[in-house]
Amino acid sequence: MKPTLVLDAPDLAIAALLIVLDGGISLAFGLGLHRQLAVAALRMVVQLLLIGVILTRVFALASPPVTMAVILVMVVVGAREVAVRPEQRLIRFGNYTVGLAAVAFATGVTSILALTTVLRPDPWYEARYAIPLAGIILGNVLNAASLALDALLSSVVREKAAIEAQLCLGATMRQAMAGLLRAAMRRGLLPVINSMSASGIVTLPGIMTGQILTGIDPIEAVKYQILLMFLLSGGAGLSVLVVVALAARHLTDGRQRLRLDRLVAG
Amino acid sequence: MLKGPKAHAEPMNNDTDRPRLRVAGLRSRLAGPFDLTLGAGECIAVTGASGSGKSLLLRMVADLDVAEGEVFLDGIARSTIPAPAWRRDVGYVAAESGWWHEAVAPHFSDLAAARALAPALNLKPDLFDGPVLRLSTGEKQRLALLRSLLAKPRVLLLDEPTGALDPDSKACVETVLGGHIAGGCAAVLVTHDADQAARMARRHFIMNSGRLTPA
Repeated sequence: MKPTLVLDAPDLAIAALLIVLDGGISLAFGLGLHRQLAVAALRMVVQLLLIGVILTRVFALASPPVTMAVILVMVVVGAREVAVRPEQRLIRFGNYTVGLAAVAFATGVTSILALTTVLRPDPWYEARYAIPLAGIILGNVLNAASLALDALLSSVVREKAAIEAQLCLGATMRQAMAGLLRAAMRRGLLPVINSMSASGIVTLPGIMTGQILTGIDPIEAVKYQILLMFLLSGGAGLSVLVVVALAARHLTDGRQRLRLDRLVAG
Repeated sequence: MLKGPKAHAEPMNNDTDRPRLRVAGLRSRLAGPFDLTLGAGECIAVTGASGSGKSLLLRMVADLDVAEGEVFLDGIARSTIPAPAWRRDVGYVAAESGWWHEAVAPHFSDLAAARALAPALNLKPDLFDGPVLRLSTGEKQRLALLRSLLAKPRVLLLDEPTGALDPDSKACVETVLGGHIAGGCAAVLVTHDADQAARMARRHFIMNSGRLTPA
């Protein structure tokens, strides 16, 4: 590997001036975002430093249970993000169970598939590979899942009259919700399609940029990126499917009623 | 062969001992218990203040809202029939009509029949060729009613079917509904219009805080 540019604290401090600039813009135009901006920037720095330290430890430990525990924590946090984004909440922690099922299933299947058939580190569950891979898939999966869940929950509230009108003409719940389920799945899948279409032209994906900055051959970095994009789209597809199927089940019952009483504004 | 006051047309039911619709102890946390019996070809009117539970009653009978108790259609318990089949036979026409395609036409499975019935409801047949967005509230209300009538329900649950209509259209709707009821359909008519209640129904109930009492 070629020698790389090493970042030091003063270098980062210079970049941090840009956050101060954002704060200035917020103050100047009365956006009211400067507090949130400062908190978010601070959170980002602390969280990333923390994960850097933790990953160093975990990689050194090379213990499967510890690796598993780290990924589980990531999945639970991801599931929470899916649950809290939508304006509408399913009662009895419905958003959480739906989010957890979708995130765990999609991340698990996609990560294990990639680790056991494509990347094949030895052993396949080695922390250095498993944790970052699960992390990037998880980030994408939670985005797709939360968009699909938000789209579905808000559309059933908005389209109550349309759904029930169809039920009253003898439609099954599946028929009455088909259009909304499709729209929610499309909503969840659009970002990954956008990022695939735009990558390389409009955007240089973060992972690839990072690898190139650290001195890896661009073609090698590109191959990894292509693999990742496929994994991300697969993960998004699986998570959207699980979210929509499970949320739809929460929204109806054995008599095929639309159970909006199981939704509360979040 | 047929005896008594129900000896008129009952195309789907040969057993005159069984009422077309019987509501037995139907209740939810918000309304009820309700007990009602309607013969074939009978219309009852329900009036009462907004929020008193009139729509809740219709929704519970249509099995759109969770409720305890039982409802019978021609003697057959609702709980023994799949919900979609029940709702096709017990047609609820909501006060606010629902639309799920952009164009009007795809909402009708039998467009020819819909066009044929439209003039009787004072609707121009070319409405079917436009988008839902261009319909007035009154046109939507009558098209939704027409859509329900085409499914040939045995019971009609009507939630202010003429609420947004001018007097001419209202008279048309009453005539068409009267024809269906005379043909054996039982109807529960929720209305704010006391004259309409008197014209359409022989029995009249008042809803008050989720309780139904004969007027």
